[in-house]
Order: sequence, then C-alpha cells, then structure tokens
Amino acid sequence: MTYITKPQLHHPKLAANSLGYTRRDYEGSVSTLCAGCGHDSISAAIIQACYELELPPHRIAKLSGIGCSSKTPDYFLGNSHGFNTVHGRMPSVLTGANLANRDLIYLGVSGDGDSASIGLGQFAHSIRRGVNMLYIVENNGVYGLTKGQFSATSDKGSKSKKGVVNHDAGIDLVMLALQMGATFVARSFSGDKAQLVPLIKAALAHKGAAFIDCISPCVQFNNHVGSTKSYDYVREHNEAVNRLDVVVPRDEIQVDYAPGTTVPVAQHDGSILQLHKLAQHYDPSDRVGALAYLQARQALGEIVTGLLFLDPEARDLHENLDTVDVPLNSLNEAELVPSLDVLAKLNASLR
Amino acid sequence: MSLEAVNDFVVKFANVNGSGSASANGMFAKSILRMGVPVAARNIFPSNIQGLPTWFEVRVTGAGHLGRRGGVDLMVAMNPQTWDRDIAEIEPGGYLFYDSTKPLPREKFRDDINVVGVPLTAICNAAYQLPRERQLFKNIIYVGALAALLGIELEVLETLLGEQFKGKDRLITANVAALKMGRDYVAENLHPLGLKVVRADAVGDRIFVEGNMASALGAVYGGATVCAWYPITPSTSLAEAFTGFCEDYRTDPETGKARYAIVQAEDEIASIGVVVGAGWNGARAFTATSGPGVSLMTEFIGLSYFAEIPAVIFDVQRGGPSTGMPTRTQQADLLAGAYAGHGDTKHPMLLPADPGECFEMGALAFDLADRLQTTVFVMLDLDIGMNEWLTKPFEWDPERKLDRGKVMTYEDLEAGKEFGRYLDVDGDGVPYRTYPGVHPTKGGYFTRGTSRNPYARYSEEGSVYVDNMQRLLRKFDTAKALVPAPIARLAKRATREGVIYFGSSTPSMHEALETLDAQGLHLDAMRVRGFPFADEVFDFIAAHDRVFVVEQNRDAQLRTLLVNEGDVAPAKLVPVLNYDGSPITARFIAGAVGGLMTAAARVRAPEAAE
Ligand SMILES: Cc1ncc(C[n+]2csc(CCOP(=O)(O)OP(=O)(O)O)c2C)c(N)n1
Ligand code: SF4
Repeated sequence: MTYITKPQLHHPKLAANSLGYTRRDYEGSVSTLCAGCGHDSISAAIIQACYELELPPHRIAKLSGIGCSSKTPDYFLGNSHGFNTVHGRMPSVLTGANLANRDLIYLGVSGDGDSASIGLGQFAHSIRRGVNMLYIVENNGVYGLTKGQFSATSDKGSKSKKGVVNHDAGIDLVMLALQMGATFVARSFSGDKAQLVPLIKAALAHKGAAFIDCISPCVQFNNHVGSTKSYDYVREHNEAVNRLDVVVPRDEIQVDYAPGTTVPVAQHDGSILQLHKLAQHYDPSDRVGALAYLQARQALGEIVTGLLFLDPEARDLHENLDTVDVPLNSLNEAELVPSLDVLAKLNASLR
Repeated sequence: MSLEAVNDFVVKFANVNGSGSASANGMFAKSILRMGVPVAARNIFPSNIQGLPTWFEVRVTGAGHLGRRGGVDLMVAMNPQTWDRDIAEIEPGGYLFYDSTKPLPREKFRDDINVVGVPLTAICNAAYQLPRERQLFKNIIYVGALAALLGIELEVLETLLGEQFKGKDRLITANVAALKMGRDYVAENLHPLGLKVVRADAVGDRIFVEGNMASALGAVYGGATVCAWYPITPSTSLAEAFTGFCEDYRTDPETGKARYAIVQAEDEIASIGVVVGAGWNGARAFTATSGPGVSLMTEFIGLSYFAEIPAVIFDVQRGGPSTGMPTRTQQADLLAGAYAGHGDTKHPMLLPADPGECFEMGALAFDLADRLQTTVFVMLDLDIGMNEWLTKPFEWDPERKLDRGKVMTYEDLEAGKEFGRYLDVDGDGVPYRTYPGVHPTKGGYFTRGTSRNPYARYSEEGSVYVDNMQRLLRKFDTAKALVPAPIARLAKRATREGVIYFGSSTPSMHEALETLDAQGLHLDAMRVRGFPFADEVFDFIAAHDRVFVVEQNRDAQLRTLLVNEGDVAPAKLVPVLNYDGSPITARFIAGAVGGLMTAAARVRAPEAAE
C-alpha cells in the first residue's frame, strides 16, 4: 500500500468559512477504502459538518481503533492529530486524551467489530463516564478489514455474502448507548447526507457522551440480498423520526417555531437544534420511551434514524471529577509539586 | 536454655485474619521504633478477608538489619489452627507466648522452648461483655503483657494510643486500661524474658512507611496528573494513596477544583489505554498493577513502545503464575516487564530497594517516560509495597523542573524548525513530538501502531521499518545513562567472586554479606537499579570468575536478562533463588551462597595441592 498526499494547492475561488478555512482544509489524505464504501461518505459528512461548524481543524483530536472504519480519520482533518490505537480499545485512549486536555474536541471513530465485539466493554464504559466526545460507529454489520466475518451487530437471520445465516442475536449499539447513559444518541445512514451532517454537527456541539450509530454498507462483503446493512435494505426500511437543523450561536438566529412540527432545543454551547418531528409520538427527551419505540420498530424490521435521545443539560467526565478549567497537561511545577513543608510534615507523621 | 538478647530478636504473631490484630501488632512494632531501636516488620496474610491464618513478624534489630533474618525467637501463638507449625518455627531456647485460659496437654509444647502463658480470654471475659470488645481488647492486653515481658516502656504505647485515637478520649482511656491489664498480670505472675528492648539512638531521622505510599507520593512530586487503575493486590494501596495525596495537595486553593484526574477503570486494558491516551496528549499518567494486570496491558505496552508514547506502570509484583499466590511476594515479573509486547520490544525498568527509593524512582519514572517517550516500569513487590519499612526521609530539590523531554512548541514550529515525528535529529534515537492541537498548520501527525516513515506517514517499506527499529534500539541505549546506576560494594579483601541482586532482597543480601565475610568468604557485590543495564554491570561480571545472582523467582529471570542483554556466558552466573512467597532471608542467602562457595573451595583445594 502506498500513501498518497493530496496536493496542497487550493482553488483561489474556494469559499471560506469565517475562520478563513476552505472545505479543503478539512480534508485528509486520499482514501484507500473500496470505491463505494459507506465509510467514505461518513468521512465526507464529517468534513462538511466541521467546515459548517467553523471548527479550527487542528483543535480536533481524532481517535480510532482498528478496521476499515478506523482507518478513516486519516482521510479527513489532515491538520489535526490522529491516533489509530489498538483494536476495540479506542474509547479508553480517548478518555485519557480528554482527561489530559479538556480544551480539544474529541472525535472517536470505530467499527461495529471494533466497538460491539472486542471493544464492547470500553464502548459502554466511555459512554457511562460521560466523556465529552462524539463517538461514531461506522456500522456495516461485518468485519471489513479481515474480510467478511459476521460482526456482533449483524441481525439474527441475516445472510453473509456466502449465504450463511447468522444465528446469534445482534447487538443494538443505540439501545446499549441509551442504557449506558449517553446524553446524545442518534442513528443515521451513510447514504443520507442530509440527515447525517446536521446530526454530526449537533453531536460535536454537545457536551457529554454523544453517540451516532451510522449504518455504513460494506460494498465488498455486506451489500447483498439477505443483509440488513446493505444500501437497498436500509433505504427501504429507514424510518426517520425527525430531521435536524443546527443553528450555531455565531449565525444570525432565525428559527421557525411552527408549533407541533418543530422543536427548538438549546445546547450547552448556545447552539440551537431545530428539530423537525416526523414521527408523531416520538419524544427525543424521553430515554425510556426511546428504548420502547426502538424495540417496537425493530420488531417490524425497521431501522429508526434521526436524533433519538438528547439531554441538553448533560454533564461530562471533567465536571463529574471536578477538574480545573485549564488542561491538565498545561499545569506547571508550582501547581503540581507540593511544597517542602508538606514533605517535612509527612516525614514527621511517619516517625 | 533460654535465649538472651538485647535489641536483636524476632517476634512473630500468629493471628486469625479479621480479628483486629493488625493495629495492635503494628503498635507493638512502632513502640520499639519510638524507643530508638530499628525494626523490620512484615505482614504475612492470606488471600481472604476473614478467618484464615495471618502472621506479623517483627524483627527487633539494633544493628539495623532490615531484611528477614529467618527463625523466630518469640512466637505469640494466638491461632490454634496453626499451632503446630508455629511452635515448630521457634528457635531452640526461644519463647512461646500463648493464651493459657484453657490448660493444654504437654505434647502441645516443645521441651526445648520456654512457655509463657497469660490467661487472655479469662481476663477479657471478666472485663468485657460484648464479643467484639473481648476480641479487640484481647489484642491490646497481649501487647501490654509483651511490653512488660520485653521491657517496652508503657508510656510509649500510651502515646501511640493517644495519637491513634486523637480526639476520642473514651477510646484512649479504654485501650490504656487494657494495656495495663496485660502489664499487671505479668508483673504479678511472671518474670521478664531473656529478650529485651533497651532504649537506643539507632533510628535517627528515618521514617517508617510502605513502598506503595512512597511511590504514590513520588508520582505526586513527579507531576503525574492522570491515574487510571483497576484494583489488584498488592498494588491497590498505591492508587488509593495517590488519591489521598491528590485530595490533600492537588486541589486548587481558590476554586477547590482538582488538578488531577483519577479513574477507576473497568479493567487493566482500559487503565493502560487511559494512560496511553493521556501520555499522547501531553499529561503525565500512570497505572499501578501487578502481574496479571501487566499481562492484560501487553498489547498497549507494545503500542506505547512503537508509537513512542510516555506511560508509567508501577508493577507491585506478587506470586505467579496466574493467580499464583496473590498475597505473597516474588520478583517474578522481570521478564514480563522488560519484554512486554509482541514483536521486538524492550522497556526501561526502575528497581527500587526500599520505600525511599520508591519515592525517588516514582518521581523519576515520569521524567524518563517523557524523555524517552515510552513505557517505564517501576518494579516493586509486595514486600516493599505493602510492608512498612524503615527508610530515609523523603527529600526533594525545590529547584527541580519536570523534564518534559523533546517537545516542539508552537513557537518552535513558527520559527520554522523542521518537524518529523520520528526523525532522529540528535542521534540519540529520541525524536521530537508535538502535543495535539498545538498549531493550525504545522506539527500535526497521525499516530499509529503500524510501521511508518520518519514523518509519521504509513509505510511498510522494509528498509524504513528496519531503520525505525534500529532507532528504537539507539533510544534504548540512551536509556542506559538515564536509569539509576548500579551500586557496587566491594569486599574487604580482593576476590574473584561476586554477587548481583536487586530490589527487596537488598537488606537480606547486605546482612548475608556480613555473615559470609565473618566466615572468611569474601564477595564483591553489585545492586542493579535499572534496566537497561549499565556497562558497569557487565564490567563487574567480566571482572569476576563467578557471579551469584540472587533473586526471588524460580526461573532466574534477572540472570536471563543479564545473559540476554549482555551476551554473558550463562555458566558464569550462578542462580540463588528463593520463591516460596515469603521475603528472602539473610540466613537463606548466606547458607546458599556460603554452601556453594565452600563446595567450590573444596573442589579447588586438591588441584591447588598438585
Ligand atoms: C487484538 C486484535 N485482534 C484482531 C485483530 C484483527 N482485526 C483487524 S480489523 C478487525 C475487524 C474490523 O471490523 P470493524 O470494526 O467492523 O471494521 P470494518 O473493517 O468493518 O470497518 C479485526 C478482527 C486486530 N487487529 N487486533
Ligand atoms: S472491505 Fe468493506 S468496509 Fe472495508 S473498505 Fe471495502 S467496502 Fe469498506
């Protein structure tokens, strides 16, 4: 495999956001994934979301595990620090990174093999700790990089490319995230950019553990009849409960408050999520109701997408630990090393 | 025959786990220290909360021998379950102290020992109603009785009780009364023993502290801000002590907010993951664990090695393999620490010999991890970690700076300094790094466990990989000068024989050297304190015909490391191994080494005659 860098030249007429960055500034190196892989569409959505949110690209730390999906951080935000950790254990590394410097924006990218099998524990624990991050699982229901084994999110009864039927129950990461206490939970589809980009924007703006399960078909091993994670299946069974617009505080706030159809939700950072309800009885502020709704729809073979749960008042791990406001990695000797007096007192107490 | 000794004897308490004896026994040890007489105290406890046998050994040692001597002069036999083996351990002429409330048949004793009976249960039952009171005060009563038998000043014990129960006057009064019950019984019915504690001035300004606590304090002074850990004996108290110190000394005085983050992780894999993430992001981070934890962390340790991320692991070793003897001591993770990981890896290790060094090396580990951008192990064991040792007081140079190693800042990058994450700019194998988020256009890079070129770009080119692996070796060589140097102790007379040892074996080794010296068996000695081994270690081996390697594991792991890293002829290194889970004794070392030396002398003698 070779590494391909993109030319750094920008077209002089490329539009720039208020920070002066063009969309190209949010790109990374050229993807080496299969043509048509859903993961590439998610990368494109991340690029779009970060550009629109006007985030300084270098202030985003992107971490991943191992797998095709986990390779993608190389393909966006080329000027930020990235970290391909080990298989399934990105959540702990992200947690540590976040503890070291609370000022960066944390984006964890993982696969369903990565997060639902080897990394299920770390996934659950990073969510329950409320690590301030966006955790995206690029869910293709299959192990891509090791060539097509079933993953733990493969639905019971779904078929592999070779026609083998999966007998094990699938793990629904969205329901797990809800149970683990995630304060922002969404599901989307790599083929639905109109839905995915605002979800990513809202999740990045969210303070606390934000989780997006993004169905992302693997054209190589899981895009056939019998798969429940193929492009066709998801298009046919997608039930979007809502649509989202994100209005960041720097924009002129123009929200259409048409009652009954649109709910404005203010986030921690001042951004406003404008939520257009599609499903009549769906309430994204009700964790228990969300679980019941998801289960009922799952039984019908439907894939519910949209913003499924949101707690705009969420606390994050740093708040729970009550750490200082500045990054821990910036503290100096005077702030960290106790005085000689302390040592003298300790010595005296140990005699 | 009755043993007679002043400030030089071994007392062992046989108790039942959970009976509340630990604090009484600890007070006994401390009272002797307060009389200016050094003690070495060791808790020998089962992997159980309540009911199984537990022992506490106190060596009273005016001469300051802090290792275990071997043998028991006075056995305080409070556990019927272990009666026979406890009695068997007593030295001929030694003493047995027991609860004489119920008469015991003659065959329960030995003819060659002195039996001292105090009817503890009877005294307790007369004085207390509640069962828990009876149990707790029984411990205090025997301390009072022992004080009278051994000449320990009652005022010293009273002061200790006063400190322990500060502000709870009723408890102080009650405990002092119990002490006096024991003392009075002895005064009225018994004679003092041949073993005596006499006030001395041999403790100096030394402190009495556990290695785990000392290490935790080292981590505080070393500037660690992130700790992620998972409970495992014998390392748990290290993380708990760090938490306590941070609460006391690391809280922002104005806001009350924490200048640290401590996470009790879901397992050891997550603990080291958090450490690696924090280290990657420029914080000083550590975990404390034991052998089973290191096994689980191995994949991440390999990542830290190859991706070059600072991390510190305190490995408080216990008896392995597997769950082995979880509450017993060994030095059996040496190879696991040195080579943890798949593929070719090597990790620096620091080998403290007492809590004083745990503090120093605990702090140093963070400088080294940052300077070398790799995992650094501090190898304690249960004996140093969980027992209180008499050790030099903590000292710190207030001018000392946290050495963050080679970090390129925003200013460096702005000034146009070339940044290649894995470029060996200085020829020492150590590259420069940047902290994430430092600069909008420069210094960003992708960290990965896969092979890459000096500019951090993915590459599986064979030559690129080999260059990188060679640089990592250069870096490891650089570590040689940074880890603590070995310490040599030369024999009084020139000798061709040497001994190498490390860690908690040190005090017993030193005592054994004195014993051997007195027998005319002279040995040069070297204590290794760090891995990679300094050149002096191999010079030492080269300068001797035969070198004993004393360690507390079955497979002679230090010897293996010496052979492996120094290309030493294996036959030259003679293993001397103790691995029964109890701390190595001076008697064992002197016996084993002395035996081998005299045997060799006997073989050599006829040749000399020819
Ligand atoms: C400890 C360990 N075990 C196994 C592997 C092999 N491995 C690499 S990627 C992968 C599965 C990836 O699947 P998924 O996370 O779903 O990502 P995808 O490739 O489908 O995007 C496995 C099992 C590994 N790298 N490390
Ligand atoms: S194997 Fe599947 S998941 Fe991997 S790059 Fe190809 S299409 Fe994507």
